[in-house]
Formats: sequence, structure tokens, C-alpha cells
Amino acid sequence: MAKVLTSKKACSVNPLKMSQPIGAALAFMGLNRCMPILHGSQGCTSFGLVLFVRHFREAIPLQTTAMNEVTTILGGMENIEQALLNINSRAKPEIIGLASTGLTETKGDDVDGYLKLIRTRRPELASLPIVYVSTPDFKDAFQDGWAKAVSATVEAFVEPLQSRAPGSVNVLAGSHLTAADIEEVREIIESFGLRPAILPDLSGSLDGHVPDEFSPTTIGGTRIEEIRAMGGAEVTIAIGSQMWSAALALEMKAGVPCVLFDRLTGLEANDKFLAYLATLSGRPVAARYRRQRSQLVDAMLDAHFFLGGKKIAIGAEPDLLWSLSSWLAEMGCGISAAVTTTQSPVLENIPTDEVLLGDLEDLEARAAGADLLITHSHGRQAAQRLNIPFLRAGIPCFDRLGAAHRLYVGYRGTRDLTFEIGNMFIANSHENRPDTWVKAETADEPRAQAAAGCSEKRSRGHEGSVRHSGSPAGGCPLRLGEESRDLRGLARGASFR
Amino acid sequence: MSSLKEKVQQVFDEPGCGKNQGKSEKERKKGCTKQLTPGAAAGGCAFDGAKIALQPITDVAHLVHGPIACEGNSWDNRGAKSSGSMLYRTGFTTDIRETDIVYGGEKRLFRSIKEVIDKYNPAAVFVYQTCVTALIGDDIEAVCKAASAKFNKPVIPVNSPGFAGSKNLGNKLAGEALLDYVIGTEEPEYTTPYDINIIGEYNLSGELWQVKPLLDRLGIRILACISGDAKYHEVARSHRAKAAMMVCSKAMVNIGRKMEERYGIPFFEGSFYGISDTSDAIRQIARLLVSRDAPIDLIDRTEHLISQEETRAWIRLEQYKPRLAGKRVLLITGGVKSWSVVSALQEVGMEVVGTSVKKSTAEDKERIKEIMGDDAHMIDELTPREMYKMLKEAQADIMLSGGRSQFVALKAKMPWLDINQERHHAYAGYEGMVDLVHEIDKALHNPIWTHVRKPAPWEQAGDGAEPIVIPRTGGAALSLQLH
Repeated sequence: MAKVLTSKKACSVNPLKMSQPIGAALAFMGLNRCMPILHGSQGCTSFGLVLFVRHFREAIPLQTTAMNEVTTILGGMENIEQALLNINSRAKPEIIGLASTGLTETKGDDVDGYLKLIRTRRPELASLPIVYVSTPDFKDAFQDGWAKAVSATVEAFVEPLQSRAPGSVNVLAGSHLTAADIEEVREIIESFGLRPAILPDLSGSLDGHVPDEFSPTTIGGTRIEEIRAMGGAEVTIAIGSQMWSAALALEMKAGVPCVLFDRLTGLEANDKFLAYLATLSGRPVAARYRRQRSQLVDAMLDAHFFLGGKKIAIGAEPDLLWSLSSWLAEMGCGISAAVTTTQSPVLENIPTDEVLLGDLEDLEARAAGADLLITHSHGRQAAQRLNIPFLRAGIPCFDRLGAAHRLYVGYRGTRDLTFEIGNMFIANSHENRPDTWVKAETADEPRAQAAAGCSEKRSRGHEGSVRHSGSPAGGCPLRLGEESRDLRGLARGASFR
Repeated sequence: MSSLKEKVQQVFDEPGCGKNQGKSEKERKKGCTKQLTPGAAAGGCAFDGAKIALQPITDVAHLVHGPIACEGNSWDNRGAKSSGSMLYRTGFTTDIRETDIVYGGEKRLFRSIKEVIDKYNPAAVFVYQTCVTALIGDDIEAVCKAASAKFNKPVIPVNSPGFAGSKNLGNKLAGEALLDYVIGTEEPEYTTPYDINIIGEYNLSGELWQVKPLLDRLGIRILACISGDAKYHEVARSHRAKAAMMVCSKAMVNIGRKMEERYGIPFFEGSFYGISDTSDAIRQIARLLVSRDAPIDLIDRTEHLISQEETRAWIRLEQYKPRLAGKRVLLITGGVKSWSVVSALQEVGMEVVGTSVKKSTAEDKERIKEIMGDDAHMIDELTPREMYKMLKEAQADIMLSGGRSQFVALKAKMPWLDINQERHHAYAGYEGMVDLVHEIDKALHNPIWTHVRKPAPWEQAGDGAEPIVIPRTGGAALSLQLH
């Protein structure tokens, strides 16, 4: 049981967290021919757009109601109306996903009410599927925005159906899944002869392909008819605990029972998943997955030499943190630091002592003495200062190619992740030298202390800045801890960016 | 908020702005930000603009007072480079929560400033106002004043909330913050007759460093670059410069003009993009310095350097001429860059088939006509769909634009080069222009274009399709013709 702590700092330094509205927007991007809109100032949209463009290296459909000072105070109904009309006539979307922002929530716009009025006033919009979700920036985080958008989509479009179509399965996919992950989940489910409807489906829209024509909306993703038909499925599979509320909403609305798989990374996690699908379908597990399981077991045997006993510092949103930390713990790693963005029921089960709702400054301080840093691309500066290997995971990943095609789920994804991390340790391993053991004993003591969580004040100054406080003697023996690390890793010259 | 309104009005009234000069009193009052169209708007907000303009100051803690979106979604994403402190790349935000909305965020802001100073001891703290904190009435000026007195450290309010307007307005409001709180607050240790300011240069990808060696060779000292690779104290002491160059005139024209008004520093507008423009800029700097009593030999030394560098650049560009002659460029970018780059591309024999003039002034447009002739294809606003069509129909061989339209070109399977602020290459000065041409050449002649444009064998139409030949044992190779 991990203790879940909240940072007491007034100032967040090097944010790990991103805001709810863009989480909602990304969920809407998993719908086919959709145009997501943020109800806020144009900057809200522009920042989200740039972030996704850099992550996916794709054109990103995302519009704005372009609120200014005056329209904010008077209320944004006209802006919403104009935005809907403009987008409807120019982009001809099949769905519009609308999310509020901190600005319009502070003012208190009643968007549900606006939409009703607008629809009666504008017959051309009467039949356009529109889903609205309230996502103030000053509450919760990216993952919550995603989850709320999926719940809102379910509430808006799923229809209760009289008959259940045998073999049809709903999959509600969390924001921690990449396009490749979703593809893998689909293939696994289909191998049992089941027909999955996946919501949202980034593997159709943001998997990086070259379409035949230009479209201002998403191309690919869950179709509106698929969403409507979700009420007739046999079961809903929620992947990631963030999807549980949407799954419950679906059950309430259409009576489709739901099951939760809080992670699909790991041997037993996948055993459970495939065993469930085998039972549901009444079919045996396909030969290729039996083979892949065996490959994963072999990978574990090969990799445990390198992963066992390693200390890992992870900064990620709750469901991704849960997936990665559970698997690494199962491989014999210790989770020496876990920082996350928002509350979640999975946090207290993270295999570590403390989970902090904090930022990358907190993670960097707690990562002193760790062997590997895992977080999104913004961790690059911290990894450089810590001089430890750095695995990019989560959004945004703007300084590496192919973020959408990273595979972390299934036997195959787990196998590849295990190899990747093992290889990082191999590449960063050191050779013993005559002086390797000279000071080892004296150096070991502070190491233990450092691991015991003395991390509030880093002795290592911020690059290029003069530190006011935090002298090495400031109650924190990290300087010595660093020394010991240097001793143990003399060959660690390479910098990992 | 009334003070913000006044500021915005002042900025709109900028007499130094070429576009403004041509307007009637009434038009000027109305301001220059176009009313945005909901559902069809693109571009950053005023906060974004202010941050872009000031974040290149490297030894300052840039603290964003607002909800997580404003900093959390955007930090460390700009390419301004530093020769020293890396503090500017650290993201600081008050990350205000629901309770702050209810009770006000001023206390959290004050505590945040204290934490930042305690932990990072920056040269100064810049506090950025955002929409939400402006809407709830947080008085950042008052908090900054109190914090400044209490911690004995410059704490500068930057009052440019996103909903005040566009990115461009934000650039100017950032300039106002520097004029009100920073410039002229400190004295340089010494001055020389060769001290200049460079205004509106952000050192993206290190472009300032492509130009600085030229100035160094002439003994010209950059007292302050506002704001690329700047240190706080340099900006604070910049009022003792003898002359100034305004690089991106639309962004920070107010700084140049007001510094002339207040401190008598003459300025000119120039550009380091393009060979002849770079030469002109250096020439103008020398002339202005001499007019302010720098030794007259500076002029001759400058001419000597220019002829040396130009010759060297042209020789290096010569090799590209046969490879680039007749290639058609579609140039989608703002203001100054358009005409400065156009002339350089023409020099290596490329044909500019269209250029955007969305952000250009009437003067800019005149220059483009001068350079490209009357039939110049000036594009005011090009929708992505039109852009895609143009490229797909191969009306151009390469597009140069900002990252925003990158995928329009790439998905049309056309070469593309980034020439806006997120780019990774530096294109300033003589070196930069040679690099730009080199990058264009690299993009145009990459072998992938022939491969990616070929359809898959099973998609090739009928009899004209090339047969697929596969060697095999026992006789002639297998020749496949798919239908």
C-alpha cells in the first residue's frame, strides 16, 4: 500500500501535468470525422494543437470559440454558435466534441443550455451530433479530461438496444494507450472471433498514415454509428481504471455489463485478459499468442539479470504509472520514486512507499540515486542533470520519432518493453576498475540514506543558476550519494537525452 | 484591468508602426487586431506572444500565474538558445486550483515567488498574467511590487492575459513590461562608442550567433539583445546603447521607438535574412554609430567585411545553382522574412511562385512587387485545403512555411522546410543563407520523393504499369503484371 501525498508547494516547477481540456480534445480525436473545439481563448487551442503536432507529427484538427475579454464576461453563447456554424459549413464534420476551459468555467457559461437554444435557433445544426464536456483547467488533469470526454460521448450517443449482438464487444480505451496499443488490443480480441468497437480509437485517426485527400476533420477513429450500436454489445471492456466511469455510464444507459482490466502490460495481466476472452468467446487462445507468451517468459528469464534490483523513478499519469510500475516491480525492480498528476484508485496499489501528486522538480529530487528515469519528454532536462538513462513514456514525446507506434501492451508489447529497458541498462553498465571497491563501504551508507527519501532540497544546483540554499550540508547527504553513484558508475560517461 | 486597457490602446496607437501611419484617427483607435472568427481561428494568444518575446532572457525565472494549461501544455517548446544560464527552460507556474479561483490567487502567487527565489535565486522573476487570474481580478502588479520590496529582487509583472488579443499584441505588451520595469533601471560598468541594441531577435536555433561574430570583427558590442540570449542585467542597462536595430519590426516596434524617445537611441528596421539584407543591416549599424560619434573608419572596415563575406557566400552558393535553377518555391510565412528570403532564393535561380503577405505591411508588399515583379503571386490567406491542392497539383516543388502547415505539404508528398520559430536550423546572416539553400537542396533532392509518390504495385493502373520482376530458379525471371 503506497501513501498518496499531495505536494505542498505553492509553485509548480517543470510541470508533469497537462490540462483537462486537451485530454478531452484528444479523446474526441479518436472519433471519425470529428472536429474537437475548445471553448476558451484561442491560446488554449493553440497550445494544445502545437503539443499534439509535436507528439504525433500529424496535422491536428482542433478549433476554438476564440473568446476574448468582452465575450467572456457577456457569456460565450454567440461564439459557440458561430463556431458550430462555421465548422459545420467548412469542415462538414460528422461529430463535434466541445470542451470547456478554465476561462469559460470561471465565468460559468451554461454550455448545455446554450446548445439547446442554439439547436432550436439553427435548424441546420439540429441533427449534427454534438457532445459537450465540462473540463475546467484548474481541476484534475489530462487523464481526467479524456475520461470525462468518453463518458460524455457515451451519454450523448449510445442507444439502449433490445437485442444483444453475440460476439460484439465494447472496448473503452484509456489515454495511456498508444495507437499501436489499441491496434494490438483489437487484434487480440479479433483472434477470438469477437468484434470489438473501440472508443476512442486513435489507431484509426492518429496512427500516422498518408490519406488520399485533405480533410480538416479527423480521418479514421470510432464512427458515430459504432458508438450508437454500443448499447447492443455483449460486454464492455474498460482498459485503464480511468475508463471505469464511462463503462458504468454505458451500463446504466444500455444495460451492457462491464469488466475492468486496469493494465495490459505484464505476463499475468495478459494471462487474465486472454483467459477472459477465451471464456467469453468459447474459443481457445490462438497459437500465436501461446507462442508470444512463451517468448515473453523467455524475455523475462533473459532480462531479469539486468532489471533485478534496479531503482526506477517514474513520473506519469495514474494509469500509465500503474502499468509500468507494476510490471517493473514484477521484474524485480524497485520503484524508488513515483510522481503523478491526479487522484486515482490505482495509486495506493503502486508498488512503492509513496506516490506524490507533484511535478518534475519533485521527481528529479526523488530520482537521486535511481538507475532509470521514466517520464514524458519534458523529463529530458532532469535526466541530463541526473546523468541516468531516460525512457520516454506518455504524452508529450516530442523529441523522438514514432511515439504513436510504441507498443506497451500484450505479451509482445511487454516483451519489447522489457528488452528496451534491459538494453538501456546494458548500454549504461560499467566495467570494474582497480578502484571500484576502494571507497565502496563509506559510500554505501549515504546511499541508503538517500534512498530513504531525503529529497526535499537538492544539493545539485539548477543548471547555470546560483543556489540560494541547499548547501551540501543542508541536512541532505545527496552530495555523498552522488559520489557513490559516480564511484559505482565510472563508465557512465554517455549522457542520455 | 483599466490599466491593461490603456496599455492595449497605447500599443495600438503606435506611431512607429508603418501600417498605423496610413490609418485615420478612427481606424487607429479601433486597433489592429482583427476580430477572430470562432471556429476558424488559428494562432496563439497574447500570453503566448508575451512569453515568446521574453522567455529568451535566460537568467530569469519565468513564472506563469494561471491554471496548468498555460504553462503545463506549452513549456520548454521554443527554440531560443542560451550561451549561459538554462534557467529560462525551467517551467514555473502557480497551477491555480478551484479554491484559488474562489479565494483569489494572489497569496499563492506571492508564496510562489518566494519559493522560486529561495530555490533558484534568479536574476529576476517575470510574472505572467493569464486569462483566468485576470478574470478573477488578481492584481499581479501589486503582488510583484510587494514581492520585489520584500525579497530585494526585481519581480516584473507582464500583464498580457491571453484573451486580450493575438500573439502579436502579446509581443508588444511584453515590450511595454520591459519599458516600464526593466530598461534603464541599471547602469552598465562601461560604455563604448560601438554599443548597440538588437531588438526583436530571439536567438532561435542560435541565429544571433551567426551574426555576432561579424559584429565582433568590427568591434561592435551588443549591449543588449532583446531578448535572444539576453541576461536580465543587459536588458536593464540597454538604455546606454548608441544605436539600435529592430529585427522583427511587427513584434517590438514599441521598444525601439520609445527608447529613441526616452534615451535618444536612433534605430532602424532591418533583417538578417538574406545576403544583401544582412549587408544592409551591418552597413546601417555602422552608419548610425558613426553618426553618434564612433570613429569614421568603421564605415570602411564595414564595407571591407561586407565585400569579403558576400564574395565568400556567393562562391559557396554557386554550386547550388545548377541543382536549384528553375525550382518553384511556395513561401508561406510572415512579414519581413518574405521579401528577404525571396531575393536570396532568386539569386540561386529559384522561382518563387507564391508568397504569403498575411502579416506583411503595405511597405513589405511594395518590396515584394519590386523584387518579384507585378505578377507577384501574393497570397493573403490560404486555407490548408487550398495549400494541399496547390501542392498536390505540383504547382510548386517545395514549400517553406511554419510547422503548422508542415503536414499539408508532407501528406501531399511534397518537400517542405521549416522556416518558423520551432525550426531546428539557423538561417541568419551570410552563413545562415548558405545553410538555408543547402537545406532546400537536401529536401528537394532526397531520393524518398520518387519512392513515396509511386503507388503500391496493386494500385497501379492497368497496362502502363511497370512489371515486377522476380528472379527465380529454373529459367527466366518471373515477371508480374498486376491488374
